[in-house]
Amino acid sequence: MSMSVIRAAEIKIAEAKKNGLIKGPVHLGVGQEAIAVGVSKNLRNTDRIFGAHRSHSHILGVDNDLHKLFAEVLGRNTGFSAGMGGSMHLASKSKGFLGSVPIVTGTVPLALGAGLASKLQKSGDIAISYLGDGATEEGVFHESLNFARVSNIPILFVVENNLFSSHMHMSLRQPLNTINRFAKAHEIETKLVDGNDVVEIYRTSSEFIRKMRLKPEPYLIEAITYRWFGHVDWREDIDVGVARSKKDLLNWKKRDPIKRLSDAMINKKIWTIENQNILDSKVDELIDENWEKALKDDFPDRKSLLDNVYKYD
Amino acid sequence: MIKTTYSEAILSGFDYLLKNYPEVFVLGQGLWSPWYVGNTMKNLDKKYGKERIIDTPVSESACTGAAVGASICGMKPIIVHPRMDFMLYAMDSIVNQAAKWSYMFGGQLNAPVTIRSIINRGGSQGAQHSQALHSWFAHIPGIRVVMPSTVQDARDLLISSVLCPDPVIYIDDRWLYEQTANLKPIKETPLKFITPKCLKNGDQITIVGSGYSTNLALKVSKKLNCDGISAEVIDLRVLNPFNSENILNSVLKTKRLLVIDSGWKTCGMASEVITSIVEHIPTNTLIDPPRRITLPDCPAPSSEVHEKDYYPNEENIIKFINDSYHF
Repeated sequence: MSMSVIRAAEIKIAEAKKNGLIKGPVHLGVGQEAIAVGVSKNLRNTDRIFGAHRSHSHILGVDNDLHKLFAEVLGRNTGFSAGMGGSMHLASKSKGFLGSVPIVTGTVPLALGAGLASKLQKSGDIAISYLGDGATEEGVFHESLNFARVSNIPILFVVENNLFSSHMHMSLRQPLNTINRFAKAHEIETKLVDGNDVVEIYRTSSEFIRKMRLKPEPYLIEAITYRWFGHVDWREDIDVGVARSKKDLLNWKKRDPIKRLSDAMINKKIWTIENQNILDSKVDELIDENWEKALKDDFPDRKSLLDNVYKYD
Repeated sequence: MIKTTYSEAILSGFDYLLKNYPEVFVLGQGLWSPWYVGNTMKNLDKKYGKERIIDTPVSESACTGAAVGASICGMKPIIVHPRMDFMLYAMDSIVNQAAKWSYMFGGQLNAPVTIRSIINRGGSQGAQHSQALHSWFAHIPGIRVVMPSTVQDARDLLISSVLCPDPVIYIDDRWLYEQTANLKPIKETPLKFITPKCLKNGDQITIVGSGYSTNLALKVSKKLNCDGISAEVIDLRVLNPFNSENILNSVLKTKRLLVIDSGWKTCGMASEVITSIVEHIPTNTLIDPPRRITLPDCPAPSSEVHEKDYYPNEENIIKFINDSYHF
């Protein structure tokens, strides 16, 4: 259900962006839901998770409060960040989601520090750093891998390799289409997984996270996936994509992680088409109910402009 | 009573914090080296262990980001940059992340990291080993910028910075390390209550400084006394958020204002101080126009010949005062 909820929520956000209800940019990850869902099943509230610019799935993976997500993207004071962040600045402290930001790689060293804090606190909690393939081109990513290894920091780098950074295909940015070589260079155990296979992601992250809790160490998962929408907002961006074609998109849609899971379960006779239809309509209800609720909420008070610049003023 | 040096005062601040707050830890380059960052970190690794005193890889960006991240998770980290110039690798973590973490998530999170950064000038060290960039950082809402000029403040402002729930850049200056004073017992003071402070009373001119510039101002004020000029010296201490009240009251009394700053002139802290005073005093209050002494707008020269003209000194400050003001 988690993947379906995330998918439906993002499609709702895409529509609202298109019709002008949402003001700020939205980076949608439709097609990539399996990664956050597979990883999140292994996490607890005291773990420390950091997202990036495309992080609706990352926060919903650990905090399924749709109302708060919708309220935030609509800029309402009941949102995840009290209406101060919008789609690109999401946090849910009580669930361990400690922030997502649109500066590429900006949160990678922060997650590293969160893991370092866990190690010093001897809590057994781990840090998750979600990043994309583009982020592996920033220097601080490599510094972070090195520091994580040399200091044995319990951090799991989850690289969602969707082959594109904004409009640019990876083949135009790097000599190879995969990035796990960077983990190998830093002696970090890594696995390349099918990012559209939720079971494989769950199994791999489960194995790594179990080991990390026993002995603090960094790991890296590279999950190959594809985003159905363009870099930002609701368009498919075939026109502005370098090496992004309608044909590629259609091929990737055949690898839809939700349909693959549903089909596999139906084949194993533990799920039926009818079950799926019931689930889909339940999800639709959930979306509509939370969307309508969020739309009725207030915007931040104008007087709050200067609030929280400093924690205690 | 044995006097304490500025560098020992910094060390005693670290010692107090590490002893009393288990969530305090330190990371940066040189923390295990016999040099111990000019002895300000001496033997802390031996006393508190290499888990809490972490000498890091040559990665300013990742290490500063890690300090920010750890601060978001309940720790009180201090990241040490032995030279401010190298800290520029870490601008994203400081300016984009730490400064905004409280604001952009609606106040539910905060990043109480302390970034200790050292100004280390002169000695023909040149353009990339000598910068004083406090004005730059003071421009950013969300980061508190602190510059201790006295031995007492070197220790006490470090403690206040680390215990502050906001990100703080604490900037000390190598040219102050040999200053000595008798230290009072430690009394924790919340950083938000620390404001510019009058270090010497006078009634004919207000001289404002920060860090080493305050030290210069004090020396100059003593010489001016001999010439019959009574100068009041105010030490900024906290550059951001900037509280101009004490300076304003002083200028209303002395009716003359000079700001000495160890940074550059254009868009510098001296401009900020002068503007914040001028916009709040009645027209015609000032007997002479407000003036500033800063670095000239050029990179720090490596040449010893140029260095003499580049950095303000007592002699040229006194000449400037005599030329610019009418007592």
